[in-house]
Amino acid sequence: MPIVTYVLRDGSTRILEVANGSSVMEGAVGNNVPGIDADCGGSASCGTCHVYVDESCRGLFDAPLPEESDLLQCSDAMQSNSRLSCQLFLSDECTEVRVVIPGMG
Amino acid sequence: MTAPKVVIVGAGHAGTTLAGLLRQWRHSGEIVLISRERGLPYQRPPLSKKLTQPDFELPLRPAQFFDEQDISLHTGQDVLSIDRVRRVVRMSGLREIDYDILVLATGARARRLTIPGGDLDGVHRLRTLSEAQNLQRQLRESGSLAIVGGGFIGLEAAAAVRAGGAQVTVIEREERLLARVASEPLAAGLASYHERLGTTLITRAGVAAITERDGRATGVQLNDGRVVACDLVLAGVGAVPRDEIAVEAGLHCEDGIVVDDSAQTSDPSILAIGDVTRRPLPTVSGTRRLESIPSAIEQARQACAVILGNEPPVPEVPWFWSDQHELKLKIAGLVDPAGTPIVRRHASQESFSVLHHDGTSLTAVESVNAPAEFAAARKLIATRLPVDPAQLANPDVPLHPAEPK
Repeated sequence: MPIVTYVLRDGSTRILEVANGSSVMEGAVGNNVPGIDADCGGSASCGTCHVYVDESCRGLFDAPLPEESDLLQCSDAMQSNSRLSCQLFLSDECTEVRVVIPGMG
Repeated sequence: MTAPKVVIVGAGHAGTTLAGLLRQWRHSGEIVLISRERGLPYQRPPLSKKLTQPDFELPLRPAQFFDEQDISLHTGQDVLSIDRVRRVVRMSGLREIDYDILVLATGARARRLTIPGGDLDGVHRLRTLSEAQNLQRQLRESGSLAIVGGGFIGLEAAAAVRAGGAQVTVIEREERLLARVASEPLAAGLASYHERLGTTLITRAGVAAITERDGRATGVQLNDGRVVACDLVLAGVGAVPRDEIAVEAGLHCEDGIVVDDSAQTSDPSILAIGDVTRRPLPTVSGTRRLESIPSAIEQARQACAVILGNEPPVPEVPWFWSDQHELKLKIAGLVDPAGTPIVRRHASQESFSVLHHDGTSLTAVESVNAPAEFAAARKLIATRLPVDPAQLANPDVPLHPAEPK
C-alpha cells in the first residue's frame, strides 16, 4: 500500500498508509492531518490542500491540469514543487511519498 | 479543570469539520456528534453538481474516522429540545445528553412548493442525500424535468440532468436568473450557456399549480395559464434554517440563529455554525445567512478557537463556487445585484469575470472559468487597496502581480 509522509507546520511528521487510488489529500483528511483542509472536497476549486512535493517523488504524479496550475500560481506560498494534494493520486509505485504542508495558506 | 464536553448537533460540513478540528487541536474532552440522518456524514455539493453521476455519494470522512478520533457519532437521532438550565439536549425516546458546550449545526431544509399539487408524487426537493437518491432514481425512468427556481441549486441540477440527455425547463419568477444573488452580466452569461446546452429557460413566470394524473405530477402550470409538461418537478426555491430548537430554547433567532463573529449565540454555552446561522461579515453592516461550505468551515474554525481559548482565525472574504456542467463559477465578496459592475472578457465566451467596485476598491468578483483571475481578485478584495476601475475591464492588465498571463 502507498505510504505518505506528511511534514506538518510544526515540523513534526505523520507517516500514513493510504489506499491505492486515493489522493494525498484524502489520506490527510481521512486521518485528520492538520493543515490540509480541502474545503471543496477535491474538485480543484479551493486551493486549501496545497502541499510541496519532495523532489524524490515528483515523477510519480501526473503533471497538473491548467485549473490546478492557475489556482497554485495565486498562492503566496507557491513554489516550483507546489501541488494541490487532491490531484495527487497514489499508486503502488508510491512507496515513499513525502509532502510538506506550507506554513501559510 | 477537565476539558469541556462538546456536543455538536448536526453532522453536515460544519459540524463534522468542527469535530475533526477540535481533535487536530488536541481537545481532550468528550466530543459527541449527533446526526438526524442515517448513515455517515456526507458531502453535500455533489448532490446537485453530480446529480446524474454514479459517484455523487461521497462521505465527508471515512467510516473509521470517528472511532479513531474518539468522536461519538450518533446517527438517525433527532434532538427535540435544549434544556439550557440543566445543560442537556433531549432526544427521541426520552434520552438526554449533557453538555458543557453545545454547538448547533442543524443546517437548513429545502423549502416546499406551497402551491396546489406541491406534494404530489414526482415533485422533488434537493438538499439531503435521501432527497438526491430519490430524485436520481426517478430520473432514470424520466425524459423530462421542470425546475422551479433559477437559483444555484436549480441551475446545477439543470446542467447535470441536461448533460445526461433529459429535457430540462427552468422556470424563474424574476425577470432573470439569480436575480437576488448575482449580477446581470453573470446571469446573462449563464442563461446563454444553459440555452446552448438545450435547456429551456422561462423567466417572469410565477407558478400556479402542479398538474397531475392519478396522483403523479404531469406538469407545472404557470400564472398565465401555460403548462410546462414534464415527468418530474424539482423545487429549487431556497432553504429555511432548521432553527426550531434554538427558537424554542429562547436563543436570539431571526430567520436563523444569530451569532457573532466567533460563532457565539446569545447563550455563552451555546455556539452555532453553518447554514442555520445568521452571521455578521467584515465590511458590511447587519447579518447574513450565507449557506456555503467556506462559511461553514470558517465558522467551524471560529468555534474551535472559542472552545479551546485560541486566537480567533483571520476573517475571510466570503466566497463559494458552483459547477454547472463545464462552467466553473466562483463568487467572492458580496454582490450587489443592482450595481453597475465591470465585465472582463476573455477570448472564449465561456471565460469571463464580473468585477464590483465601490468607487475606491474592489468589493466582489464573479468569475466563470477564470480561477487565477478569481484568486487574484479575491486577494484584492481582502486588502481593500484602491484600484483604478478603468483598468479592470482590460484582461491584459493583470489584477494582481502574481496572476499568470
